Amino acid sequence: MKTGYLGVDVGSVSTNIVVLDEKNQVLVEKYLRTNGKPITTVQEGLNIIGQEIGDKVKILGAGSTGSARYLIAMMLGADIVKNEITAHAVAASTFVEGVQTIIEIGGQDSKIIILRDGVVTDFAMNTVCAAGTGSFLDQQAVRVCIPIEDFGNYALRANNPVRIAGRCAVFAESDMIHKQQLGYNIEDIIAGLCEALVRNYLNNVGKGKDILSPIVFQGGVAANKGLAQAFSKHLETDIIIPPHYAVMGAVGAALLAKETISKKGKTSFKGFGIYDTEFKTTSFECQGCSNICEVVQFYENRELLARWGDRCGKWELEAV
Amino acid sequence: MKVSFPRMGYSYIALKWLVEHLGHDYIVPPEPSKKTLDLGVKHSPEFACIPFKILTGTYLEVAEEGVEVIVTSGGMGPCRAGYYWVMHQYLLDELNTGIKMVGLEPPRCDLIDFYKKLNWLRKTGGISLNAMLNVLKVTWEKLKVLDDIEMLSHQVRPYEKKRGETTRVLWKALEMIDEANTLQEIKDANNEGIKAINNIEKDTSRRPLKIGIIGEIYVVLEPAANHYIQIMLGEMGVETDRSIYLSGYTRNATIVNLEGDIYERAKPYMNEAPIGGHGVNSIAETVIYAENGYDGVIQLAPFACIPEIVAKGILPQVSKDKDIPVLTLFIDEQTGKTGVQTRLEAFVDLLEKRRETRNKIERLAI
Repeated sequence: MKTGYLGVDVGSVSTNIVVLDEKNQVLVEKYLRTNGKPITTVQEGLNIIGQEIGDKVKILGAGSTGSARYLIAMMLGADIVKNEITAHAVAASTFVEGVQTIIEIGGQDSKIIILRDGVVTDFAMNTVCAAGTGSFLDQQAVRVCIPIEDFGNYALRANNPVRIAGRCAVFAESDMIHKQQLGYNIEDIIAGLCEALVRNYLNNVGKGKDILSPIVFQGGVAANKGLAQAFSKHLETDIIIPPHYAVMGAVGAALLAKETISKKGKTSFKGFGIYDTEFKTTSFECQGCSNICEVVQFYENRELLARWGDRCGKWELEAV
Repeated sequence: MKVSFPRMGYSYIALKWLVEHLGHDYIVPPEPSKKTLDLGVKHSPEFACIPFKILTGTYLEVAEEGVEVIVTSGGMGPCRAGYYWVMHQYLLDELNTGIKMVGLEPPRCDLIDFYKKLNWLRKTGGISLNAMLNVLKVTWEKLKVLDDIEMLSHQVRPYEKKRGETTRVLWKALEMIDEANTLQEIKDANNEGIKAINNIEKDTSRRPLKIGIIGEIYVVLEPAANHYIQIMLGEMGVETDRSIYLSGYTRNATIVNLEGDIYERAKPYMNEAPIGGHGVNSIAETVIYAENGYDGVIQLAPFACIPEIVAKGILPQVSKDKDIPVLTLFIDEQTGKTGVQTRLEAFVDLLEKRRETRNKIERLAI
């Protein structure tokens, strides 16, 4: 029986699960839609992976990342919980030697991570605005009736990209519609959109950062060849898209789990069987003082696993 | 008269004492909550910054309790915050609250205005000039010890063995200061509070990172506005020092204090024109934190705050020259706690790895 490490990245749009072997090769990768239900999505994902490799690979350690990392860690018994910025950096620097810049664009977030000699020295994440992230591209693809998978190919076929105002998703959309009404062909409009998003990214997220090559482009949006081309054009250098670009957060979580286990020893991972467990979150308002905190309670089969959200720690302590 | 004031951190404890002893009834504004923000956003101009919106909400909340006068600060110079009390007066009039705003201009900008307004509060409260001087002295003392004790809590929290204990002990210490009425009582309460905090069970083997917190005054001072960033970082095992305390300007306890010095330190980066608000401070304080051996700096800025945006544009150069990482957090009604936490965790990771490489400890991952 082989041994491996599990990494789970639960974001707002996608849930990614990978299993790495001892040589850091990806044995299984799953890219699922979160659909607003992180718990069931992870349960289903683990169930599928369990059926595929459950009797062939023994999981020695598990890690979680992404915006729902703490919830999911509790659910699956993760050995390490890490923020997605560190997870992405770990993954990229393991797979692309000497990487100095990471462009990561996901469903709702876009980030830039600057590394020097394998150490993160600077990073930034989009604030307030999510123009140019995956969800916005999805929406535009639906609007012009092109499958999202083909969106980038349309951009590559363009001859004269149109200039689109990309500062804000709402303005970008109305500008796209305006250009459509003027009769521009769809290829040029999509290519224009890609360039606008790249401009927006470099001006907002990448402003003031030292963008040096090798540059890695990862996250779900790296599937869009049009964007990769636009980045390459603007930065006047090659852009590397790693093989498992869409699940690099999960890969990072698995790598971190491996590192943790080498120190900690035994895993707390509960196994692929958690599909049959019932997980539930409830909440109530504590009336203990004027803060009126919303206290969240997390149950596994009616057993209270944890409470959080209270500022004074009164409920948090009682659960232990 | 029923008098209220803006809420900024724990200063309400001193301010309510001040109002009471000037001879008025006080209403302590509630800690800014979701309700405060909802009210504030509903009644404020869309492009006003988050401090304005939270204050609008706060004023409307105290209006429900029958407040007649709200005392707040004015301010001169290129930041629009100095004009906020005038705007708030218009908004409160439009909503027929009947509240009178009293904006105290900084005494060094407009001494006469400051004295006139303070004197009006004294006369309507019916106390003598002498009594007022004494009241001001005690209030100032309270403000100072409140700041001292909070500062200490941020130094001790990263060592606490039981998560949350420092915060709970701090609350008890604040209560004691709240109950003190004379200079001596304040001193006693302070000593006892300091003792209690120092007695918290500590793990002294830890070596906490040190992060300086800079930025716009309101979001730096009011924890409910900045997602309790200092408590969050403290519980991650980070010692924080913030650049601004209400009693800060005339003190030596904080690292950053001298206003005159601030302009001098920022000068190499902004020779051309001054920046309003706390923009100059943000630049100079980054320099000072770097020179005092801090591991990193976090800039807190309300979304669309011009002084902080200008400072943010200059900070990468300061960061490079002084070799200190800077993380900017923009705060708005849409800023979620999860997002803030993710960025803070990543920043702390970055600083730890940096420290490790500096110590030349070889380890596996990045």
